[in-house]
Amino acid sequence: MSLAETPSPQACPACTAGPVAEAAARAGGAGDQRLHLSLPTIHCAGCISGVERALLAIPGVADARVNLTQKRAVVRTDESVDAETLTRALADAGYEAHELDPGALAATTGDAASRDLLMRLGVAGFAMMNVMLLSVAVWSGATDATRDLFHWISAAIAIPTIAFSAQPFFRNAARALSAWRLNMDVPISLAILLAAGMSIFETAESGHHAYFDAALSLTFFLLAGRYLDQRTRTAARSAAAELTALEVPRATRADGTSVNVADLALGDLILVRPGARVPVDGEVTGGTSEIDRALLTGESLPERASAGDAVHAGEINLTGPLTVRVTAAGRETTLSRLADLVSMAETSKSRYSSLADRAARIYAPVVHILAFAAFAGWLYASGDPRLSLNIAVATLIITCPCALGLAVPAVSTAASGRMFRNGLLIKHATALERLAEADTVVFDKTGTLTEGRPVLHNHDASNSDLAVAAALAEASAHPLAEALARDIAVPAARLADIREVPGHGIEATWKGDIVRLGRADWVGAAGDEGTATWLRIGLNDPVAFRFRDRLREGAAEAVTALRNAGLGVHLVSGDSQRAVLLLAEEIGIADWRASVKPDEKAAFVEDLANQGQRVLMVGDGLNDTGALAMAHVSISPATALDAARTVSDMVLLGASLAPLGDAVQTARNAKRRILENFGIAAAYNSISIPIALAGLATPLAAALAMSTSSILVTLNALRLR
Amino acid sequence: MEVLSILIPVSLLLGLVGLAAFFWTLRSRQYEDPEGDSRRILTDNYDDKPKS
Repeated sequence: MSLAETPSPQACPACTAGPVAEAAARAGGAGDQRLHLSLPTIHCAGCISGVERALLAIPGVADARVNLTQKRAVVRTDESVDAETLTRALADAGYEAHELDPGALAATTGDAASRDLLMRLGVAGFAMMNVMLLSVAVWSGATDATRDLFHWISAAIAIPTIAFSAQPFFRNAARALSAWRLNMDVPISLAILLAAGMSIFETAESGHHAYFDAALSLTFFLLAGRYLDQRTRTAARSAAAELTALEVPRATRADGTSVNVADLALGDLILVRPGARVPVDGEVTGGTSEIDRALLTGESLPERASAGDAVHAGEINLTGPLTVRVTAAGRETTLSRLADLVSMAETSKSRYSSLADRAARIYAPVVHILAFAAFAGWLYASGDPRLSLNIAVATLIITCPCALGLAVPAVSTAASGRMFRNGLLIKHATALERLAEADTVVFDKTGTLTEGRPVLHNHDASNSDLAVAAALAEASAHPLAEALARDIAVPAARLADIREVPGHGIEATWKGDIVRLGRADWVGAAGDEGTATWLRIGLNDPVAFRFRDRLREGAAEAVTALRNAGLGVHLVSGDSQRAVLLLAEEIGIADWRASVKPDEKAAFVEDLANQGQRVLMVGDGLNDTGALAMAHVSISPATALDAARTVSDMVLLGASLAPLGDAVQTARNAKRRILENFGIAAAYNSISIPIALAGLATPLAAALAMSTSSILVTLNALRLR
Repeated sequence: MEVLSILIPVSLLLGLVGLAAFFWTLRSRQYEDPEGDSRRILTDNYDDKPKS
């Protein structure tokens, strides 16, 4: 691959040639590594060169290549560069980026299956064009030796091509037959084989009609459908793998060594640094801190944790380092148990039979019966087995589901392509159809409708208070402190002896007074409801800084769009009454519930389902997983916990919720297109079948009819883009 | 009709050349990023000389 070469200095006009040349010199050595990045927001030529330029400007980056189709970048660097450097540089340049685990991607990047199909498709296409060319001569009246010669040449092209290109159909048909089942591939294989076989026989007998071109165009169109299907599915699968790659699989032991979470045993002591996610279920043995349980419970306020308290995998440690004794690791953790629950839900979802399946179930037997009836009828009427077989084969070819085979994949490719461009990834094959049926939407609050991170809302502090607060806040990694440091515009005051008291707040001295920023009880204030932190300077009255969770970008638009699309909107959250009420009012959802436990969420969704509603669940936390699994169709944001993303049918790649409204509309349109396509296929069959049964079908008619219906179906699907 | 003995091999040969070209594009992974490739022509990077 050419992109593995060293870049020329022109590769990035913005950076000096020095570091690049240096990096290029080092690249290829032992320190060479490849980093994969997900870039959910890129969409144009400017983005491609912008991202590549930003990446190449980082010292140590040898090469960077953006793939716009997959919205990814592969970066070749030396050891000194880690993914965080890259994502930060991209964030500075204005591009959202996430690191991907190359291990999880390795299985999918090769994508051997779809390249194999593309190869077979290409071969079939070239053979079809050549045979068509020869057939034109026959159709326009070549006779005797010329016709036979052309037929023989066609056979020489068609037979090897069919043997190579139609293998996927033959294999599937053989598998189905050996299990005593009928699938779409059985009539397809039968039609291709019979058409080829009969054409050889006719050619040998200097007959008038040979169906080589029909056999080839059948193979070509059906392979096209199969290829589109495969591509959509691999894109989804690789992206799903991509998302699991975002999870942290490592832990730090108490002695400082880093281990794989899978290697941890019960009773091991591990260290959880502030800001890190707890990798296992365990009990705190040392340290004091605050724990963000939002992903597990939906509670937006952190809880205090000290020795003896239980922590769970997936929670985030906020302020102080904790030593945790492992009480459950790997498959035993709350997180994994939920993931198991999820796989059960998957099987129940796979029982949903798609429109294509339902069509195939009716279609296959009908075609076989028709062809057999044609053969029997004509044999009885004419007593000529050759003529009867000819007509039966013509019927089989003409009814063959070219249009039917393209009807669904063409539409779902167009629809999922459109959704992907909008930043929504379809993970499940039937998700699109299920989304089209949704009539109720249930939202989670924390992390879904909101960003799950606080912003300063109001305060009654003076300017000097603000300066002190800003200085104190800068010293902590607590989310409220970070929000404060970010949202206060006043320059920070100069403080001495700053120290963080884990689980309480930050303390310092300012002009001889002790100043404290932290929890209400520690500062000496009467706390009230809502998210707040308190500042006390010396013996002055404590001052409150109140926060609220900021609405996620596009949340209001999404709610409005979904309501306009006729969906009932509910808000179900594990957070406190007040927090939920504020948000519900802001965004205009009348039907909301607060302090809902995880199993109650699932039960709520189940209740709606029992009332005959098709629920679309949108959520991100562990507390939503049950509900996500229970819902008719589910969507989670990319920031959601692994388990929640695994169970969801679709994943939002970007930060905005806005694609939701368009997604429902696209899904509904897609379903309408699929039904229209079935209609086109049915109309075409209702004309062509009588003609074939009457024995009037010629290879020319078959070729025309097949191509027209396939092209009509594809064009109809493209209207979705 | 003698011309057929030239034309048919020629047309088959051309078809094979096309097929070989297709194999080459497939092998050199030119279908990995159709979306990106269609936009890269709009940038003026590597306009003076190709990326080595």
